Amino acid sequence: MTTEALETKPGMTRLVEPAHGDAIGAWLRPHRVVLVLIAAGLILLMVLSMRWDWLPRYAGQLCLGLWRTIWLLVASVALGFCFAVPLGLVQVTGPRLLAWPARGFCTLIRGTPLLLQLWLLYFGVGSLFPQFPAIRDSVFWPYLREAWPYGLLSLTLSFAGYEGEVMRGAFAGVPRGELEAAHAFGMSRFTALRRIWLPRAFYRVLPTLGGEVILQLKSTPLVATITVVDIYGVISHVRQDTYLVYAPLLFLAFVYMGLTGILVMLVRFLEKRIPIPGA
Amino acid sequence: MPENRAMNADTRLCLDSERSQDAEHQVAAIEVVDIHKYFGPLEVLKGISLTAHDGDVIAIIGASGSGKSTLLRCINMLEIPSSGAVRVRGEEIALKPDGPGRRMIADRRQIQRIRTRLGMVFQSFNLWQHMTLRENVIEVPVQVLGQSRKAAIEAADSLLERVGLYEKRDVYPAFLSGGQQQRAAIARALAIKPDVMLFDEPTSALDPELVGEVLTVIGDLAREGRTMILVTHEMGFARDVASRVVFLHQGVVEEAGDPVTIFSAPRSERLRKFVGSIR
Repeated sequence: MTTEALETKPGMTRLVEPAHGDAIGAWLRPHRVVLVLIAAGLILLMVLSMRWDWLPRYAGQLCLGLWRTIWLLVASVALGFCFAVPLGLVQVTGPRLLAWPARGFCTLIRGTPLLLQLWLLYFGVGSLFPQFPAIRDSVFWPYLREAWPYGLLSLTLSFAGYEGEVMRGAFAGVPRGELEAAHAFGMSRFTALRRIWLPRAFYRVLPTLGGEVILQLKSTPLVATITVVDIYGVISHVRQDTYLVYAPLLFLAFVYMGLTGILVMLVRFLEKRIPIPGA
Repeated sequence: MPENRAMNADTRLCLDSERSQDAEHQVAAIEVVDIHKYFGPLEVLKGISLTAHDGDVIAIIGASGSGKSTLLRCINMLEIPSSGAVRVRGEEIALKPDGPGRRMIADRRQIQRIRTRLGMVFQSFNLWQHMTLRENVIEVPVQVLGQSRKAAIEAADSLLERVGLYEKRDVYPAFLSGGQQQRAAIARALAIKPDVMLFDEPTSALDPELVGEVLTVIGDLAREGRTMILVTHEMGFARDVASRVVFLHQGVVEEAGDPVTIFSAPRSERLRKFVGSIR
């Protein structure tokens, strides 16, 4: 009802999401009911016609793998974004001495496959380290011997490269007047960045960033190629052990879809907190 | 005034009440001395001087491109004048050379402190779109002037009440009309308890039917004895509220005087034509 009332008002765009009660109503529309039924049927067919007896046996490993995937995603996104902010900022305002390397970095990362970057780091740089006694004796050595730091580093650099470019556009797209107002009221450059420029840029690109995080999730299985056993790695083991083809892969697909769904909801939640229409 | 120089924003706010008896206030609130401004080879301001004493309401009028907005923006150094000086309560804003024919802010702390005494209202409102009206109004008092959040909110609510937007305090600017946004922008400027209000064509971006509500607010401020410098196209309004009108033509003060003389008996041919063309 609320939805109709808002939609019928002439000249008024729908700014408010339908209330909670209407969300359930939206699910009961005929075409949606049919789609839900088809999905449920497919799942039922899969459950009944395929072998799932391996699931309990691998439950522990699967949980560990899932944890690794989530952990790699969260850490690489958080660290990558921290790099992306200065990368974007110096390209918009920085002196050329900083802007050029930043642009070069973004171009390099965006211009080469992540798999290549990962292998260069792990098989290339990683295999050089043991030749230096100083490194072998350092406190970092236990970490440098592991595979996951290389996975995390290359995922982080990749995210930073892509998001540096996104943030460059976001910073440049904040209306000049709003920054001018910040300066006109006596804000220092740092305060203006912290309070106005960065949050304003961030909220502008939130939908884009959400999409990029989802892409990043789909990049994480590459770390399985350097022996980090994420959820994809576990499923590979399952397939080698059981000779099953479809069931483990379909299970994997469901896991990634579930994670994507959670990410989408998180982004929506953030977007709703600050409703800036058209921005 | 050396003691004035040492004062920070907080002590200044505490002194607000004693201000009228203070001998210091014989000093002009704002003094613009012979400023020139070049944009590249184009000379936009050709030696303008202007003095605003406490309680003055100065309306700057003139055709588009006459330099009136540039003049206003030179007062708080959003544009840096190529030569000449600006003094706020006797304190000259320090500038230093920056390449041939250009100057830059010499002391960021000084300009930040001075800017907190000048409440600027922009043609395009420039409210911070990621904040509600109330957050917009408390932003500078809390982040720049160091007021407590609680006190700032109290002050903000009464200011929003005053401009008729108390009910909209938790709304984001994008959901409001231009007139409402501009009134909120005036509340934001008043929140810093400015010595002088600077208005840069505050009604030029508004639909005709919204101009009145903004002019009412500005008119009230003028009548309560606030010092204001106002760039405007609203001749009727300028005549009603201004204590002095300055007519700019091609970067020069063509004529200045009390509003009655300016509008009823203009001496210069250009002003006569301009006043005629506006009606």
